[in-house]
Amino acid sequence: MGTYLLRRVLSLVVSLALASVVIFAVVEIAPGDPARFMLGVNAQPDTVAALRAELGLDQGKVARYLAWVGGMLSGDFGTSYTYRTPVAQMVADRLQVSLPLAGYALVLSVLIALPAGIYAAARRGRPGDVAVMGATQLGIAIPNFWFAMMLVLIFAIRLRWFNAGGFAGWDAGLWAGLHALTLPAIALALPQAAILARVMRSALLDVLGEDFMRTARAKGLTRGQALRRHGLRNALIPVLTIIGLQFSFLLAGGIIIEQVFYLPGLGRLIFQAISARDLIVVESVVMLLVFAVIVVNFAVDLAYVAVDPRLRARS
Amino acid sequence: MTRTLILGGLLSGLVLAMALLSLIWTPYDPAAMAIPDKLQPPDAAHWLGTDHFGRDMASMIMVGARTSIAVALVAVGIGMGLGVPLGLAAAARKGSWLDEVIMRGNDLIFAFPSLVIAILITAVFGPGAINAIIAIGIFNIPVFARVTRGGALPLWERDFILAARVAGKSRTRISAEHILPNVANLLIVQGTIQFSLGILAEAGLSYVGLGAQPPTPSWGRMLADAQTMVSLAPHLALVPGCAIILTVLGLNLMGDGLRDALDPRLRQVRR
Amino acid sequence: MSLLEIRNLHLTIHGTPVLSGIDLDIAPGEILAVTGESGSGKSMTAFSVMQLLPQGARASGAIRLDGQDLLSLSETQLCDLRGRAMGMVFQEPMTALNPVQSIGQQVMETIRIHDRSADAQAARARAHDVLTRVGLPPERFPLGRYPHELSGGQRQRVVIAMAIALRPRLLIADEPTTALDVTTQAQILELLKRLVAEDGMALMMITHDLAVVADLADHIAVMRNGEVVETGPTRTVLRDQTHPYTRMLFAASRHAVDLPEAPPPVPLLKVTDLRRSYPGARPHPFAPRPRIEAVRGVSFALHRGERLGLVGESGCGKSTLTRAILGLDPVQGGSIHLNGDSITQHVPHALRRQIQVVFQDPFGSFNPRHRVDRLITEPFHLLDDPPKGAARRNAVADALDAVGLKPDDAMRYIHEFSGGQRQRIAIARALIIRPQLIVFDEAVSALDVSVRARILDLIADLCRAHGLTYLFISHDLSVVRSVTDRVLVMQAGQIVEDGATDHVFAAPRHPYTQTLIDAAPVLPDLPALRNETP
Repeated sequence: MGTYLLRRVLSLVVSLALASVVIFAVVEIAPGDPARFMLGVNAQPDTVAALRAELGLDQGKVARYLAWVGGMLSGDFGTSYTYRTPVAQMVADRLQVSLPLAGYALVLSVLIALPAGIYAAARRGRPGDVAVMGATQLGIAIPNFWFAMMLVLIFAIRLRWFNAGGFAGWDAGLWAGLHALTLPAIALALPQAAILARVMRSALLDVLGEDFMRTARAKGLTRGQALRRHGLRNALIPVLTIIGLQFSFLLAGGIIIEQVFYLPGLGRLIFQAISARDLIVVESVVMLLVFAVIVVNFAVDLAYVAVDPRLRARS
Repeated sequence: MTRTLILGGLLSGLVLAMALLSLIWTPYDPAAMAIPDKLQPPDAAHWLGTDHFGRDMASMIMVGARTSIAVALVAVGIGMGLGVPLGLAAAARKGSWLDEVIMRGNDLIFAFPSLVIAILITAVFGPGAINAIIAIGIFNIPVFARVTRGGALPLWERDFILAARVAGKSRTRISAEHILPNVANLLIVQGTIQFSLGILAEAGLSYVGLGAQPPTPSWGRMLADAQTMVSLAPHLALVPGCAIILTVLGLNLMGDGLRDALDPRLRQVRR
Repeated sequence: MSLLEIRNLHLTIHGTPVLSGIDLDIAPGEILAVTGESGSGKSMTAFSVMQLLPQGARASGAIRLDGQDLLSLSETQLCDLRGRAMGMVFQEPMTALNPVQSIGQQVMETIRIHDRSADAQAARARAHDVLTRVGLPPERFPLGRYPHELSGGQRQRVVIAMAIALRPRLLIADEPTTALDVTTQAQILELLKRLVAEDGMALMMITHDLAVVADLADHIAVMRNGEVVETGPTRTVLRDQTHPYTRMLFAASRHAVDLPEAPPPVPLLKVTDLRRSYPGARPHPFAPRPRIEAVRGVSFALHRGERLGLVGESGCGKSTLTRAILGLDPVQGGSIHLNGDSITQHVPHALRRQIQVVFQDPFGSFNPRHRVDRLITEPFHLLDDPPKGAARRNAVADALDAVGLKPDDAMRYIHEFSGGQRQRIAIARALIIRPQLIVFDEAVSALDVSVRARILDLIADLCRAHGLTYLFISHDLSVVRSVTDRVLVMQAGQIVEDGATDHVFAAPRHPYTQTLIDAAPVLPDLPALRNETP
């Protein structure tokens, strides 16, 4: 088990380092000089030079890369070119919306998908299965931002159960915050739940064909007992992989959904930064998203150990 | 023959025919504004209504289908063109440094969801359909590399591959002659899935302004334009939304149907 | 009085008849062997008794356990009987256990599912006892072990423990030793025999191996095409063999081929101190990978015209050695020479064409997308000037003719052929470029006995016609005995015995060879049986 863990930690560090190099390199080849862009075309050369020095742009590429990575490790993401405020502070404010939204959506997705998938697998080929599978086909085909617009149209504009958008912050209370995030979370979660339900169903059906399920039946377990005691945990292994992948889809998808609901999350920040060519903000937010994806996949690897004893090699 | 395959093929074929037809004919000029006719609900003159500039929605949908299909098709082409050779090479030398580099590289790309790649590219080079294609295409590379490698690895253990090696054939030649034809089914199915994901991704990117730029009509931007007026004229959102859903649904059904039709194990069971 | 009575059992699966009119009886304490070739319906008979049939199966007739007709019971009643009154052991121990549950949990489950009053403590104690009974004392094999930490034979013992935990009156074993090595097989058969004697259980044993049957069973039922063709006490059936199919089956099982005399020894292949190792898992990420030694200094010579056998149990390194000789894997030490030229590291085409191979799996040996003519001419790749046009067609026709197939078969696809025909095609592929050496890698192991006998005859015919030289790798001692002049016995990466086949089998020198020969079940001699007074 120690070996497996250590190997995963190593691969985590290597992935993060490589990702940071790629992001830095891509932003580095961007045409144009941020200092000149910020000061406008008519700026004096010495003003531009002074700003370049202030932003650290006059140093070599390697030195700047190391400064950027070193800064991030100590919580310093640099200073926004346009707002002149620390990027770390801006990102932290926005994360208060984006992270709970992704988490909320993930919980909804799992709560909807797993029971639906299990139900469908248990009634394979019967009307219940056909209905669930039909619904998931539709769910996969629906773009989440369009679904969000429909939710707004029905539940905010027509029925007035929810606000059409905006987020007052967590200071207004947990309940108010969750209420504001509910429609966006549903819009994000349902298409992902459709995928997850299909994975759950096919993973279970695969396990049902395994020899040990027949052994369980030969012991006198009913179909349902065999499914619960032997099927679920084995089927969970592929399902965990997909749940890990979905978190990255939810974070990224959140960027779009925030546009529909005018939520002050990472998505809004990144689009403002793109239009203002505030590349250091783009760089940091992208790195943060990639960091989240890699760390979540690491967590999934840890979860495998809990589920699958074959990974717990004895020393 | 499966009903899913027929239904999926019909839906996908319909969208494709629409896109092709738009090359030579559309009911109206999709760019022609007619402010007096704005926000008309569907009627005999405008089958799918008009938008806030009085443009004909049906014409825009037809031309938008072209954009969607072009973006998704090229992105799948990029993914297959680069991913399949990489996957074949990785499987041919399993466990070697080449395999290791290819799979690590794949993991790295997987850490960048296509939207994040698009944001990065857009931030640097500016928005546009080409950049959307590149972003979706890059994300497709590890998908195809994985599927190819996953399908190829068990084949390399099969006796007929060993027999080919005993017959003195090189790994490259075996990959082309024996491995590729035997993973083709997997690739066709994955291709339809990635195609439908590409349509969804293109719509999402266009919706947030990172995809096709005006005046090129695209389904995603039609939805973005519709957002502020959706309560006045719901058809502005419903029409492009349904176009996306039907296209993606058709492709997914076709993928499922193809998988069942091409999987020899399933075929034997049915016999 | 029978414990299990099967009367006029008919079974169809999706309308296709699988069993027709089966009548069988087993008394308590008795072992009934149900035998036959693949497709005979013997496994389906077993699953019919357990009522664990695939979807679309319809059974009629009667299956009475202690007078109670299983076909008339509800699913709930059947669940109550399974595991308690009747248990089952399966063929593949590697997959029959749930990989994510400990063996203790899995044995305790049988107990707790039927005895609600048993608390965890009591169930644990009983699991402890049962595992001890099957030879896995928890002192050495703690209940918390997972299946992947056990060998195949040990896993099969766990499966048996689950099946007999509640001392059922009927135990069904479906090819329980087919996937195991011969020494492990002997131990598992011994265990089953002991359990039957101790518990007075009835055992229904499904097996294709007549030697196992002869050794173990009180009664035999011989099946073919979903029907029982002959049944009776083992001795009587073995002696009388009234049904022609039974006669054919026994004849094929003890089939000995007629090999021509081997020519005087001229060395062809020379293997010297060969070593093969592969990297194992690192103990920790910075450690160097340990090397696992699969072949540890093997030396032998193979002469022109000689038929050499290589036997050993799984994991002994015989497959690794074979792959090294075929040039499929790099070697780490020693040398391989063919006709005096080294083929140790790099095999030039001119030498590679001198060695061809026939693999075990008749279904995996061919690319399903190619026609037979393309399949068998693949080795032409090794020739500097491969035949074209009419010459190629003639070569294909000759090769197919040599293995007993028709020239027309060249245009058919591989799925149109049976397992035996496919092995003929594999031999044609190996022969088409007239190599000096053919490697048969478990080439008849996947075949039914009757098909196997015909392929062995074909090999003997080819020996007579072409003076074949071959290396015959097999785990099956009786086959090796009949088709080789000389035999190598391999254990733990080394050759422990090398000698003329007759001598080695008659008087093995190495204790391991002795163990192998003792463990292998053998059919009793027919004349000896006939001379016995009934």
